[in-house]
Amino acid sequence: MRTVLERDDRDPTQAAPPDNVEIRLHDVELRFGQKIVLSGCSLDCERGKVTCVIGMSGAGKSTILRVINGLRRPYRGLVYIDGKEISGLPERELIEVRKKMGFAFQYSALFDSMTIADNVAFPLHEHTSLTRTEIGKRVSEVLASLGLEDVGDRLPSELSGGMQKRVGFARAIVNDPKILLFDEPTSGLDPIIANVITDTIRDIHSNLGATCVVVSHDLNYVYSMADTIAMLFEGTIIESGPADKIRNSPNPLVQQFLQGSVLGPIPI
Amino acid sequence: MRTAGVRPSLFPDIGARFFGYAGGLMLLLWDALRLIVTLRVKPSEVLRQAYFLGVQSWPIITLTSAFTGMVISLEAAAQAVAYGLSQLIGGSVAFGTLRELGPMLTGIVFAGRAGAAITASLGSMVVTEQVEALSSMGVSPTKVLVVPRLLACIITVPMLTVFADIVGVYGGFIVAALHAHVSSYVYWQSVQSLAGMSDFIAGLIKAAVFGAVVALVGCYEGLRAKGGAEGVGSVTTQAVVTSIILIFALNFAMSLVLFK
Ligand SMILES: Nc1ncnc2c1ncn2[C@@H]1O[C@H](COP(=O)(O)OP(=O)(O)OP(=O)(O)O)[C@@H](O)[C@H]1O
Ligand SMILES: [Mg+2]
Repeated sequence: MRTVLERDDRDPTQAAPPDNVEIRLHDVELRFGQKIVLSGCSLDCERGKVTCVIGMSGAGKSTILRVINGLRRPYRGLVYIDGKEISGLPERELIEVRKKMGFAFQYSALFDSMTIADNVAFPLHEHTSLTRTEIGKRVSEVLASLGLEDVGDRLPSELSGGMQKRVGFARAIVNDPKILLFDEPTSGLDPIIANVITDTIRDIHSNLGATCVVVSHDLNYVYSMADTIAMLFEGTIIESGPADKIRNSPNPLVQQFLQGSVLGPIPI
Repeated sequence: MRTAGVRPSLFPDIGARFFGYAGGLMLLLWDALRLIVTLRVKPSEVLRQAYFLGVQSWPIITLTSAFTGMVISLEAAAQAVAYGLSQLIGGSVAFGTLRELGPMLTGIVFAGRAGAAITASLGSMVVTEQVEALSSMGVSPTKVLVVPRLLACIITVPMLTVFADIVGVYGGFIVAALHAHVSSYVYWQSVQSLAGMSDFIAGLIKAAVFGAVVALVGCYEGLRAKGGAEGVGSVTTQAVVTSIILIFALNFAMSLVLFK
């Protein structure tokens, strides 16, 4: 059980972020049973900027996104979203925080009993007062912009993995959330569609000023869309900054990861 | 790493698990009731679930209750005819069916069929992250997944029980007529004089409780699923076993209270 003592010895106001930081993880520790997945993990995502999290498979990248969304509660540490500390909020209050977020899952997580159109329409039905026709229009607009014109009536199981990925992406962005979390949005896609996705992320962020957190392995796309890159290694952010700073980082772990070399300090 | 010496004894462990489980069920029920009372229910989804779960179960319920009515009638007839008490046959069948066997059998068949379906579908939604996707959008899984199923089961099981009651008593009549040559007048007269409306209603109250048990346990287990397909399979079995045990226990408790 998380003790009150551990919470009280750090003052939530002390770690509170400045106004231009929309998302802040402060010294977060997260465990699954005995296994420590994140420890001493701190990350700042600026308002209206794209932050990319890179790191090895199993480093805890998806877990970070879940912590930001409140799906996982940290064992220790603080999580601020838009100035509000959320790691201690009851589930009911988290709902309000989550309504402002879109989350595209690594494995799409589409509702398999609903059609593609219903999947994408779901957040609109739940959280807006739009009419059925308005929703239908918005849904086909978003699907079309991602190259998915004629699939609205099909079920997720009738689509390829890459198509499902785009539907998950569409569902995350359909109600123009202020914060967008993308877990590997380009993995498993062909280069053309991957570019469509990166362009879409850029567009969303320039048109709507949304704050995006993107987890990706794909360094080319990361360089082309990130304002800030953060590298996660063994549950900690070991380096973060603009692309150039990461490229020229003296940290041998970062260099090995960027070069994809087998030899180096990262144990394989 | 914990050392073996620190491990607490067996009994507190079982106690903790029991109360943990019961507490979890109660929390889920509380969460669902809160949503029902504030009318955050989609009637169309409730009907869809009721139809789906009811249609799955009724053929098995017809068969089991027909045979049960028939076998009570057979046993009663063997005794009754020997002692010249054939006017008791219809009553024994109706009494047993309306008060105990109708709701019990319906509940148990429903647990095996609909309860398993609920757990399997929620479990597979959990392991494919669909439930997390719901939460991530700020939508309560209790609201969209548990509440419609809970209401659907509370409606469906009493309806199936009415059906089971009728089929059971008729099954009994057929055996009484063909096997023991009891006239239809005597049989139905006996049904009316021994079993009343209150027995029928009490049976339906039991059935509604069984419906709630099957839905709650089914949803709770499904939402606990871990791992992949195998995890879904194991919680499904667990859900059916737990609901059936609870149905037997609650049936006894309710008979004690309702039939004083
Ligand atoms: N539900 C869970 N139960 C137990 N361990 C988990 C769970 N989810 C994640 N983990 C563990 O946490 C660690 C980080 O997982 P995570 O999914 O965040 O990795 P990732 O960086 O997203 O990897 P990938 O790039 O392969 O998607 C892994 O070692 C994983 O085994
Ligand atoms: Mg991942």
